[in-house]
Amino acid sequence: MQGSTVNQGSELGYTEAHAPEAGHHGEHPDLRLFGFIVFLISESMLFLGLFVAYFTFRAVATSWPPVGTPDLEILLPGINTVILLSSSFVIHNADTAIKKNDVAGFRLWFLVTMAMGATFLAGQIYEYAHLEFGLKSNLFASTFYVLTGFHGLHVLVGILMMGTVLWRSRQEGHYSSEKHFGIEAAEVYWHFVDVIWVLLFTILYIL
Amino acid sequence: MAQAELPRQIPLDPLGEQEQGPNWREYFGFSTDHKVIGIQYLVTSFVFYLIGGVLAELVRTELATPEVDFVSRETYNALFTIHATIMIFLWIIPTLTGGFGNYLVPLMIGARDMAFPRLNAIAFWIIPPSGVLLLCSFFIGPASAGWTSYPPLSLMVNKGGEAIWIAGVILLGTSSIMAGLNFIVTILKMRIPSMPLMKMPLFCWAMMATSALQLVATPVLTGAMVLLGFDLLVGTAFFNPTGGGDPIVYQHMFWFYSHPAVYIMILPAFGMISEILPTHARKPIFGYQAIAYSSIAISFLGLIVWAHHMFTSGTPDWLRMFFMIATMIIAVPTGIKVFSWVATVWGGKLRLCSAMLFGMAFVSMFVIGGLSGVMVASVPFDIHVHDTYFIVAHLHYVLFGGSVFGIYAGLYHWFPKMTGRFLNEGWGKVHFVLTFVGFNMTFLPMHVLGLQGMNRRIAEYDPQYAGINMFCTIGSYILAVSTIPFLFNAIWSWSQGEKAGDNPWNSLTLEWMTTSPPPVENFEEDPVLVSGPYDYGHTYYQDLEDKAIAQS
Repeated sequence: MQGSTVNQGSELGYTEAHAPEAGHHGEHPDLRLFGFIVFLISESMLFLGLFVAYFTFRAVATSWPPVGTPDLEILLPGINTVILLSSSFVIHNADTAIKKNDVAGFRLWFLVTMAMGATFLAGQIYEYAHLEFGLKSNLFASTFYVLTGFHGLHVLVGILMMGTVLWRSRQEGHYSSEKHFGIEAAEVYWHFVDVIWVLLFTILYIL
Repeated sequence: MAQAELPRQIPLDPLGEQEQGPNWREYFGFSTDHKVIGIQYLVTSFVFYLIGGVLAELVRTELATPEVDFVSRETYNALFTIHATIMIFLWIIPTLTGGFGNYLVPLMIGARDMAFPRLNAIAFWIIPPSGVLLLCSFFIGPASAGWTSYPPLSLMVNKGGEAIWIAGVILLGTSSIMAGLNFIVTILKMRIPSMPLMKMPLFCWAMMATSALQLVATPVLTGAMVLLGFDLLVGTAFFNPTGGGDPIVYQHMFWFYSHPAVYIMILPAFGMISEILPTHARKPIFGYQAIAYSSIAISFLGLIVWAHHMFTSGTPDWLRMFFMIATMIIAVPTGIKVFSWVATVWGGKLRLCSAMLFGMAFVSMFVIGGLSGVMVASVPFDIHVHDTYFIVAHLHYVLFGGSVFGIYAGLYHWFPKMTGRFLNEGWGKVHFVLTFVGFNMTFLPMHVLGLQGMNRRIAEYDPQYAGINMFCTIGSYILAVSTIPFLFNAIWSWSQGEKAGDNPWNSLTLEWMTTSPPPVENFEEDPVLVSGPYDYGHTYYQDLEDKAIAQS
C-alpha cells in the first residue's frame, strides 16, 4: 500500500565489494558483515554448550579437579592472556588504517596481530608439552584439553583468515576505505576469539 | 484486488506457454539459484524419505510377529536407528527448511535470491555426501544405539558405524546452520521495502522462528558430538561413567538440540498450512498477528523444555516440575495456531483439492499428536509410558501426521508454481486416502500398545500384543503403497500435467505474482505490495456492495 518503486540496493547502500558474492543475481546491499555476526552468535553457542557441560561435570564431581591432579601453572597462560588481549587493540589499528586508505598500515598491523596470535599458540603448545597430565588422565584433564584445544583451533583459523586477507591485498585496490569486508570480518572474528579466551581462562584457571 | 501489480514489458502469459524453467542440467550442478537449490533439496530428501521408508517397512515386518524371525536383533537395532536418523536429518529438516524455505522465502518477500547464494549451494551439497556416508555404514555395521545415541550404549556397539553417524550428524548440522543463517539474513534484510514484518506471509514468520532455532540449538549438538567422538575414538571419559564421566550431560546437550529440532521440523509446516488454508478456504487468515507471534513464542519456549525427554533419567524433582510446566505452556501458542486455522476454515467456501485435504488432515492429525504431547509432558504419566509404543505413536502423529502431511500439502499447493503444471487431482485424492488410512492404521493402535506396556526398540515382544502389531504392520504396508501414486503423479505431471498458469489458486502472496515457473531472479520488475497476503474475500464483498448500490 505504501509501496514505492523498488530499488533496495540504492536505498540501503550497495557496495561493489558484494558483487562477487551476489554473482549474477544482481544488486542488493552488502549483508556479509551482518551474516558473519549471526554466524558468530551461532558459534558462541558451541562454546556455551561446552562451558555448561564443564560446569555440570564440575558440579557433579566429588572433588574438582579430581584428587591427584597437578595444579595448573598460571604464569605462562597469564602472559598468553595479556598477549591475546592486547592483540585485539592492535588489530583495531588495521581497521583504522584501511578506513584512511592506508593499505601498508593495515598490512603492518595484521602482521603484528598474526605474530601475537602465533606467540599465543606457541605458548599453548609449550604449556601442553610441560603439563603433567594427558588428555585421558581424568575428566578434568579431558575437558581442559578439549576446551583449550577448541579455542586454539579458532586462533589458528583467525591467523589463517588474516593471512588470506594479506594474500588478497597484493592486488592493487582490493581493499580500500570503501570496501574492506575481509579486514572487518577478520577483526570481528579476532575479538570473538579473544572474548572466548577471557571466559575460558577465567573458568579453567581462576575459578 | 491483486496483491502486486507488476509492470511488465512482456504480455502476461496466462497459461504459462513459454518454458521459463531452468535447464534440467542445472539441477545436477552447483547452481546458486534458490529455486534450483530448493528443488534439489526436495528431490534429494524425497529419495532419502523412500530409503528411510524401506527401513521402516523392514522394522514393521520384523514386528509383525512376536518372534525374532525376519532380521537379527542386531540388524533390527541398526534399522530403527538409521530409519530415524534419515527421516529427521535427511528428509524432514532438509525438505521443510532447505526445500520449501529456499523455494518460497525469496519469492514471498519479493527478493531476487537468498542473501548468500553460494553459501546456500554449499549447504545443499553437504547433504548428499553425508547421506551416502551414513548409508555406507551398513557395510561395516551401522550405528545401533537409537538415533539418540545415548552413551555408554553408543560407545559399546558398532564403533565404526557410530563414528560415521557422528560425522554425518556434524556435517548435516553444519549444513543446517548455514541454511538458518541465510534465512535469517534474507528475511530480515531483503524484503521489498513495501513489506514490513507485519505484512509478511506467515510462512516467512515460521521460517524466521525455525532459523533462530537452527542457529542457537544446532551448535550445542555439534559440541555433544565432538565430546562423544572423543569418547568413542580417543578413549576419554566425558560421558563414560567408568572413567568418572556423566552420561546425563550428553542427554542434556543432545536434547537441548533435539527438542528444538522437533520445532524445526514442524514450524515450517505450520507456516505452509497458514498459507494453504486461507487460499483454499477463500477467507482471510484468522488472527494473523497471533499466528505470527505464536511462532516466535514456540521458538523461544522450545529452547527451555528439553529435559521432558529425561524424566526417567534421575532428573531431580524441582527440575522435572519446571520442565513439565514449561512443556505444557507450549501448548498455548500451538493451540492459538490450531484455533486460528479452524476459525480460518470455518464458514469458508472450501476448495477440497488435494492440497486442502492434506492441509486439513494436518490440522486434525497434529491435534492428536499435540494432545498426546501434553499427556506425556506430565511427569507421572510419562514415567508410565516412557520408552513404550505410546511415545512412538505420539512422535509419529507429530512428525508424520504433522510434518509429512504438511509437506504433501505444500507439494500439491506449490507444484504448479515450481513446474507450471498441476499434479493430477484424481491420483492426488487416491494418494490422500491411502496415506490417511495407512497412517492411522499404523500409528493409532500404538497408543494402546504403549499403554499396555509394550517397549519400543526391541525386536521381540510378548505374544499378547501380536494382534495389534499385525494390524499396524498391514497399515504400514498401505502407507508404503500410498507413495507410489504420488511418485508417478509427480514424475508424470512434471512434463505432462495440466498447465497451471501463473496463479491457479487465485492466491495473493507474491510468489504467485510471477510466471510459473518463475524466471531467473524471480521478477521481471520488483513487485510492489498493494494488499495484505490474506485479503481474500474482499473483492467478493466489494462486488456484492457494488451490486446492491447499483440495484438501489
